[in-house]
Amino acid sequence: MADGDTRTEVTQRLTRAGEGGVLRFITCGSVDDGKSTLIGRLLYDSKLLFDDQIRTLERESQKHGTAGDDIDFALLLDGLEAEREQGITIDVAYRFFNTEKRKFIVADTPGHEQFTRNMATGASTADLAIILVDARKGVLTQTKRHTYIANMMGIRHAVLAVNKMDLVDHSRAKFHEIVSDYLRIAEDLGFASITPIPISARFGDNIFDRSDAMAWHDGPTLMQHLEQVDTAADEEAALAFRFPVQWVNRPNLDFRGFSGTVAGGQTTVGDDIVVAHSGKAAKIARIASADGDLKTARAGDAVTLVLDREIDIARGDILSDPKARPEVSDQFAAEILWMTDEEMLPGRSYLLKAGGQTTPVSVTTLKHKLNVNSFDKEPGNSLALNEIGVCTLATTRPVAFDRYTDQRETGSFILIDRFTNQTVGAGMIEFSLRRASNIHAHAMDVDKARRSSLKGQKSAILWFTGLSGAGKSTIANLVERKLAEAGRHTYSLDGDNVRHGLNRDLGFTDVDRVENIRRIGEVAKLFVDAGLIVTCSFISPFRSERQMVRELVEDGEFIEVFVDAPLEVCIERDPKGLYKKAQAGEIKNFTGFDSPYEAPETAELHLRTADLAAEDAAEQVIEQLISRGLIG
Amino acid sequence: MTEQIDTSVRSYAERFAAGSVDRDRPLSPHLRALEAEAIHIMREVAAEFERPIMLYSIGKDSTVMLHLAMKAFWPSKPPFSFLHIDSLWEFQAMGTFRDALADALGITMIVWVNEEGRARNIDPFKDGSALHTQVMRTDGLLQALNAGRYDAAFGGGRRDEEKSRAKERVFSFRNAAHAWDPRNQRPELWRVFNTRIRSGESIRVFPLSNWTEVDIWQYILEEGIPIVPLYFAAERPVVERDGTLIMVDDDRMVLAPGETPAMKKIRFRTLGCYPLTGAVESEAETLDDIVLEMLTARTSERAGRLIDFDEAGSMEKKKREGYF
Repeated sequence: MADGDTRTEVTQRLTRAGEGGVLRFITCGSVDDGKSTLIGRLLYDSKLLFDDQIRTLERESQKHGTAGDDIDFALLLDGLEAEREQGITIDVAYRFFNTEKRKFIVADTPGHEQFTRNMATGASTADLAIILVDARKGVLTQTKRHTYIANMMGIRHAVLAVNKMDLVDHSRAKFHEIVSDYLRIAEDLGFASITPIPISARFGDNIFDRSDAMAWHDGPTLMQHLEQVDTAADEEAALAFRFPVQWVNRPNLDFRGFSGTVAGGQTTVGDDIVVAHSGKAAKIARIASADGDLKTARAGDAVTLVLDREIDIARGDILSDPKARPEVSDQFAAEILWMTDEEMLPGRSYLLKAGGQTTPVSVTTLKHKLNVNSFDKEPGNSLALNEIGVCTLATTRPVAFDRYTDQRETGSFILIDRFTNQTVGAGMIEFSLRRASNIHAHAMDVDKARRSSLKGQKSAILWFTGLSGAGKSTIANLVERKLAEAGRHTYSLDGDNVRHGLNRDLGFTDVDRVENIRRIGEVAKLFVDAGLIVTCSFISPFRSERQMVRELVEDGEFIEVFVDAPLEVCIERDPKGLYKKAQAGEIKNFTGFDSPYEAPETAELHLRTADLAAEDAAEQVIEQLISRGLIG
Repeated sequence: MTEQIDTSVRSYAERFAAGSVDRDRPLSPHLRALEAEAIHIMREVAAEFERPIMLYSIGKDSTVMLHLAMKAFWPSKPPFSFLHIDSLWEFQAMGTFRDALADALGITMIVWVNEEGRARNIDPFKDGSALHTQVMRTDGLLQALNAGRYDAAFGGGRRDEEKSRAKERVFSFRNAAHAWDPRNQRPELWRVFNTRIRSGESIRVFPLSNWTEVDIWQYILEEGIPIVPLYFAAERPVVERDGTLIMVDDDRMVLAPGETPAMKKIRFRTLGCYPLTGAVESEAETLDDIVLEMLTARTSERAGRLIDFDEAGSMEKKKREGYF
């Protein structure tokens, strides 16, 4: 059967489909601007729908459709059952179609106010954004928002698609009015191109075919433009070489390669590279692939690099152009888009994942928020769902990165909640705040080990956490007394000696509570460095902050003691009369009352003080210190 | 049949031993991009998970995925095993192909059967497709995943297959009961994938998310990947039931009174359990023929798959219950 004709025909059809590579784009617009209809129209006109899909579509158009007797293209896209019932799009959907020139990947992103995060998700991998405007309504607040976000996410090409032109009599004047409104907001942003096109998605005008009714339009049709525009892949190959190592490939003693995807630029056998973190240099000896060795690897290629000498390289390292290296720092400024209900709090510890690098991170300051409608700077203490802010961040280990505007792949990161494991934030790095090479600690002659051995002990933090009235201070006080009697060197931190001095500028909002604990953690760390056993008695209601303090010191130096009494017991004890005040509404944000307490899951010691005398509880803490070898 | 499979699979395996390939046609730019994306995803899983596994269904998509895994880690072998959930009712040629391929490539292929289902003799003809699929495929899959304590499982699903797949993430989180919650998916940005899970939870990973059916066939053609011969047209014994052509693959198929198998030139666009997989009449004997047929085809591939026939939402329902 496979005669020469079949083969030739197949070869022709397929090669033509492949030439232009892949273009990824997003469509964004307000509710009812016709996004789903436009994508449905693209799929329909590119003749990619099968007969059975068209039959299903016709059937469902009758049942749920909003286009009268016509096919409702939007139904092709609204994938999930719930959405079909409610008639809304709740998440990002990806669609695919080919023309003879290109493969297209479309992210359909919802236009509802609360779904900024979905748009950013779709935009993060897109080369181009189609900004849809309803010709009857013109440029709306949401149009601005979509444009700003597309620009912020680094999309280089914008298409202003003025839709529903059939409903404004295909008016040229109306179109030009909308275009000039739009250019006023978009012209000075960073787009490489802005292409306005008048369309009618429902009837297919200026989508694939030129519109007779709008013969006055002398620009391209939407498809012509999508087939011609430059893709990001073309641009990325011109950047400085970046190769984040994903996986060390070591099948046997004779082969040691580094597998990964070229994030930017290109490399050729014989080129020099440096490891961003260590500064160690080598040359590319081989670019290995299962299809045979390559001479050159370009941005987007997934390859395995072999170097000409053995240097220390692990997952997370970035092999780079020695003449244009990435930044390496543990402090930098970034734009952050917040993507979850629980607010972002400065000081709280999250996980940062950038390429193969994962490290604890905290936001040190929220410099300002960005109003997503005007992109004006506004002050703020925290970021809520769908809010964007410019922050400074501090990581526990230095990370290698670029500015997002220089290199998207190595300039971006996600933030992960350490307890729910949810992806909570997306970050785009603006600049480094200091170079890690400048902060290398000066090695001291007298160090922590020396200081604590002089005192005949190992230093540590005893962290007492629990509700107000659970007995934290009482027990901590007894423990310190016992230690002192045994000749140990201690210090004690609690609300009384911290809130009145170091932290007197802080209140009791979530933001201030986090900062309170952060400062206490840093002070406790200094005392540990001084060789002391530090008792800390703080409600410290959030797991993340306790975890943050734990990570400030070395393994085994943080001992979490959960002082656990039921709320009723604490209310009954009420040693400071605080519960009474909270009940009377005189104190707000009182833990256990109108502010949550997150109980420890893996405390080193769990003291249930409802039926345990303080003296016995303190004794248990001392035993814990002995069994851990901190005191003899 | 067995020799034919052996020969094609052995000559295919040699390219990985040699580390080079002779191509008829260059690999198209858009397929190079899709290939690189899939390889990136696989390496990310290998680097971040402790017990990954790759599902292998023996079909064309799965075989493409396996091929990509061979390339992703070369010259190493893929650092995980492959898992086939055997429903006991698959076409015989599929088992032959699976074993030959695993042997030639030197990879570990785990074959899992729901023994409870085997003991109950679940039969798609008698018990119906829904029960058979539930017991032998969905339950079998969950048993195998639990038994292996796998924290990441690769599947060959594509977003263009079905509406609910179009919204699924590449790294798709499953709770300890393997359930998917479409309303609570992790946002996925750039090429940065969140791989964090708690013990008992897992991630389903779909490296072929952005491929279409045309891409798959074009890739098979350009890469020279062997596939089960049932994809090619040949004279085979079939009966027509409710407008669907069912191949008589073994003597467990009970013929209705008056029903006689007829020899027809047929092929399959998807493979699975033979009683549940409809054939199409076709003259396509080579890959070129198949691709040409497909480029001009007017019905989607799942139309030949009987288990999806009910409601448009049925796949979403199955996925929530833990199906791929």
